[in-house]
Amino acid sequence: MNTSLNWIKAMVPGLEDVSVQEFGDAMTLSGTKVESFESLDKNLEKIVIGQVESVEKHPDADKLVVCQVNVGTETVQIVTGAPNIPVGSSGQKVPVVLDGGRVAGGHDGGELPENGIKIKKGKLRGVESFGMMCAIEELGSSREFYPDAAEDGIYILPDDAVVGSDAIEYLGLHDTIYEYEITNNRVDCYSVIGIAREAAATFKKEFHPPVVTETGNNEKVEDYISVDIQDTELCKRYTARVVKNIKLAPSPKWMQLRLASAGIRPINNIVDITNYVMEEYGQPMHAYDLDTIAGKKIVVRRAAEGEKFETLDEQERILDDSMLMICDADKAIGLAGIMGGQNSKITDDVQTMLFEAATFDGTNIRKSTKKLGMRTDASGKFEKGLDPENALAAMNRACQLVEELGAGEVVGGVIDVYPKKKEQVRITFEPEKINKLLGTNVSVEEMMEYFGRLEIEYDKASNELVIPSFRQDLLRTADIAEEVARFFGYANIPTTLPSGNTTMGGISFAHTVENVAREIAQFCGFSQAMTYSFESPKVFDKLKIAEDDALRKTVVISNPLGEDFSIMRTLPINGMLTSLATNYNRRNKDVKLYEIATIYLPSENPEELPDERKQFTLGFFGDGDFFTMKGVVEEFFEKLGMTERVEYNPEAGKNFLHPGRQAKMSYQGVEIGYLGEVHPDVADTYGIGERAYLAVVDLPAILAFANFDRKYQGIAKFPAVSRDISMVMPKSVLVGEVEKIIEKRGGALLEKYELFDIYEGAQIKTGFKSVAYSISFRAKDRTLEDKDVSDIMEKILSDLSEIGIELRS
Amino acid sequence: MMKERLQEIREKALEQINATDSLEKLQEVRVAFLGKKGELTEVLKGMKDVAPEDRPAVGQIVNDTRKSIEEVLEKAKKNLAASLREAQLKSEVIDVTLPAKKNNVGHSHPNTIALEEVEKIFIGMGYEVVEGPEVEFDYYNFEALNIPANHPAKDEQDTFYINDKIVLRTQTSSVQVHEMEKGKLPIKMISPGRVYRADEVDATHSPCFHQIEGMVIDENVTFADLKGTLAEWARQYFGPDTKVKFRPHHFPFTEPSAEMDVTCFKCGGKGCRMCKGEGWIEILGCGMVHPHVFEMSGIDKDKYTGFAFGIGLERIADLKREIDDMRLLYENDIRFLKQF
Repeated sequence: MNTSLNWIKAMVPGLEDVSVQEFGDAMTLSGTKVESFESLDKNLEKIVIGQVESVEKHPDADKLVVCQVNVGTETVQIVTGAPNIPVGSSGQKVPVVLDGGRVAGGHDGGELPENGIKIKKGKLRGVESFGMMCAIEELGSSREFYPDAAEDGIYILPDDAVVGSDAIEYLGLHDTIYEYEITNNRVDCYSVIGIAREAAATFKKEFHPPVVTETGNNEKVEDYISVDIQDTELCKRYTARVVKNIKLAPSPKWMQLRLASAGIRPINNIVDITNYVMEEYGQPMHAYDLDTIAGKKIVVRRAAEGEKFETLDEQERILDDSMLMICDADKAIGLAGIMGGQNSKITDDVQTMLFEAATFDGTNIRKSTKKLGMRTDASGKFEKGLDPENALAAMNRACQLVEELGAGEVVGGVIDVYPKKKEQVRITFEPEKINKLLGTNVSVEEMMEYFGRLEIEYDKASNELVIPSFRQDLLRTADIAEEVARFFGYANIPTTLPSGNTTMGGISFAHTVENVAREIAQFCGFSQAMTYSFESPKVFDKLKIAEDDALRKTVVISNPLGEDFSIMRTLPINGMLTSLATNYNRRNKDVKLYEIATIYLPSENPEELPDERKQFTLGFFGDGDFFTMKGVVEEFFEKLGMTERVEYNPEAGKNFLHPGRQAKMSYQGVEIGYLGEVHPDVADTYGIGERAYLAVVDLPAILAFANFDRKYQGIAKFPAVSRDISMVMPKSVLVGEVEKIIEKRGGALLEKYELFDIYEGAQIKTGFKSVAYSISFRAKDRTLEDKDVSDIMEKILSDLSEIGIELRS
Repeated sequence: MMKERLQEIREKALEQINATDSLEKLQEVRVAFLGKKGELTEVLKGMKDVAPEDRPAVGQIVNDTRKSIEEVLEKAKKNLAASLREAQLKSEVIDVTLPAKKNNVGHSHPNTIALEEVEKIFIGMGYEVVEGPEVEFDYYNFEALNIPANHPAKDEQDTFYINDKIVLRTQTSSVQVHEMEKGKLPIKMISPGRVYRADEVDATHSPCFHQIEGMVIDENVTFADLKGTLAEWARQYFGPDTKVKFRPHHFPFTEPSAEMDVTCFKCGGKGCRMCKGEGWIEILGCGMVHPHVFEMSGIDKDKYTGFAFGIGLERIADLKREIDDMRLLYENDIRFLKQF
């Protein structure tokens, strides 16, 4: 909401001495937040009204003229190139910036420079010039708001301008425009009156809203029109008045200026009055040409399903039966609260018109505008849910202005259909409860003083606060507490810490496991990435996920920002691969990333929430290989106390990974993740030009295995015995099989084993590989004897030979 | 005769020791004189020719000679070792300005760094860190927070819908309701997490970002407690000189409500580009839990009061680190991540 300070001051005269900064700060602190403010005259200096006395040709330039301009105190020579000051003309009154003055911008109306433009005397093609005559754009505004300004050239002012006086004052530019952020509970503040009322309360000044008297001739409006509300839910109140003998004309300067300050373009007196009242009261109004209304009747009803209607912007709209229409005896003439019809709009030939000020259901208006894809100034006000009590006041204010401006003759009487009068809100006054909630000690007298400023009355008999109808946000004691807090001052409320029972702070076990994942990843050189949770359904094709794979069943966003953000991810690697590709494209080397990424697995039942699982996702390219990645996940498992063997099954079935370089990981029979080299096709698709590796650990799956209890195991006192074995085995047999046998047969004495050589090639028959392990045994309580170890080794070797592994001689 | 011989041996030995420049040679000298076949040992073998009455005296001389040779030898060995060590050290001088061999440890995302700082502060004040679902029932995200059907905040432009009843949560405030429904009081919690709003991606908007919700419910919790708690947090997070300012505001699920500004941590409140010359930066929204929210969650609103607040994680993370484009946070360029 943008509003001029002068307009506020007109209702709160006591603000005269408040500076623009003070005003903004105080309003913000009392709850009407000022987003920004701008003084229209901040770069307008030494600009007076001058009158051209003579215009002569410039001796050396065809496009320039030399003017003598009376600026009140003297006559100065000014050279100009403006096309609307022709040679030989005189008498024009114009804004003149004198030597040493300043204007807001250039005559082309481009962006205004921060500090304006300084004007100094100088020579133009050899002729001295002591200032500049101004176009409206140079004063920082435009023809939109000053329609009488010249289209191209100097702003020639009306005759009533006084030579030598302040041109900025004359044009109403000694003003400051404030942009307020009005919260949606304060519907009353979407109006100048509402903000002025807050300003008066904030500065403890008197508030003088417009004094409205019901005007009109001695005719009866009922003879012109009747109103029938058929849907009283959607239309709470409908007021109507008639104006005849309309004389369309431009509205007076003061009204145009105030509209301009709110960013509204002046059009003619009637349109300007409706806009003016909408700004002033926050109540939208509409004017119909009464001669187009059939049967002297207004009917407010819902549209028929599929009904077509041409709005006054000449668009045909297709309606449904939730939308509210204003109709006459035969036809629809307006889309209630949104836009009038082409068939009933005010034209230049209008004789008699019908003014409408009604209260429509805000939610319904909002839904209708959304369905129709059209939002208007009026609908924007209505959708906030207006106070029906305001409609009649606005109506009478508009008619008063019609008379003041001589825009027509107001017919006596008002049609006011108001089926269910709004009930007054009363709240029990509980000062102790208010102080207890705020942590303050504000006296009852002080509270009463605040309520007085806010037009809240106190009914002593019932100990109730009587809430004015425009304060639709005040319903409970907590709301009253906020009013007290606002005027006591948020800054004056003490600062304390909660005094209740001591509570234990902390994080959950799952959170701890996540922190361990991050710690390990970072220690291993991986940096933390964050990627979007939603992605494109095309991701599945990019990752070669099978058509019938369950992963393709996703949580789908019904109103996404676009297809690329339309499904919730069911696997965490698209974001990772995309980030790796971004880095690859930017020529970053050796990039290692990880993410604690949530995936969303839909439930069978669409009424239920999906399963959200956090997955520890690692990816890298550059220095390292499959086993580098395997090392990272193993460090992680170890840190979590997962001391048993993690199974790596090469049949992982991940199409996006290299078919010969992938593994599914399981622990105690539970699948906990997978890792592998990115399939070269997939790497190509993403644009990663190097071998890249991925690992994914499903954190919920390992939660049950994680354990941070550690007991001291003692440090070995007796020597270890180690044995090296070297064997030849078919390439297809995994060394993991050898290790399983070593573990199984090694028993309690097995301390560790280590693969120290693996070799294929010369001296080894094709299809076979040579593998060598060093196995060491140790007992806690004695020195091992040869025989202990030999027995175990025998069992190991026998098991190995059973699966076709021979010792190498 | 024997005496002279011993004197001779001693002198010869000393001479040789002095001439030695390596530990190996020194050892040779030891063997040559004191070894099994050494000269001194040979002399001892001649003891049988010495008259028995002279033997103790001669024996004494032999021992003295041996001892004095050993002493000199030991001393020479020490000196030699010291000078060898010195020579070694001299030869091993390195250029300490040569590049380090780094482990290249990874870096936390700036969001995480900020979150951990915030968590630490609140855990210290006795808050529990809890989490809630991102794909959430409309009820928890809106209705139970006093945002009934048809509230403007529910407009489709802001909220991503899965279906009529399920949304992507637009605020971590949804977790408040889950915690209240558990019915375990008092509550002192913060809840960080992802939230979603239908904003197109640009330098200051992202359709997915993070919030940290906070809530305290107990008997006698006041607005003054809210102010004190958040002021303390701001001092710890932004620095001890940080001042805070509370302005009235409106949120459907708190009443009274406020927004909190902190003094600009770049200029300290004088006004600079970061704070757009205002000296203050808007940081969070907060307020006293709305009585209707208590009613819906089944908490006795006459017995308990509470406050809640919501911090935009990216906002506080970015401002502190002067990150001027939110897109950087989701691109994961390693050159960006390594700066934190």
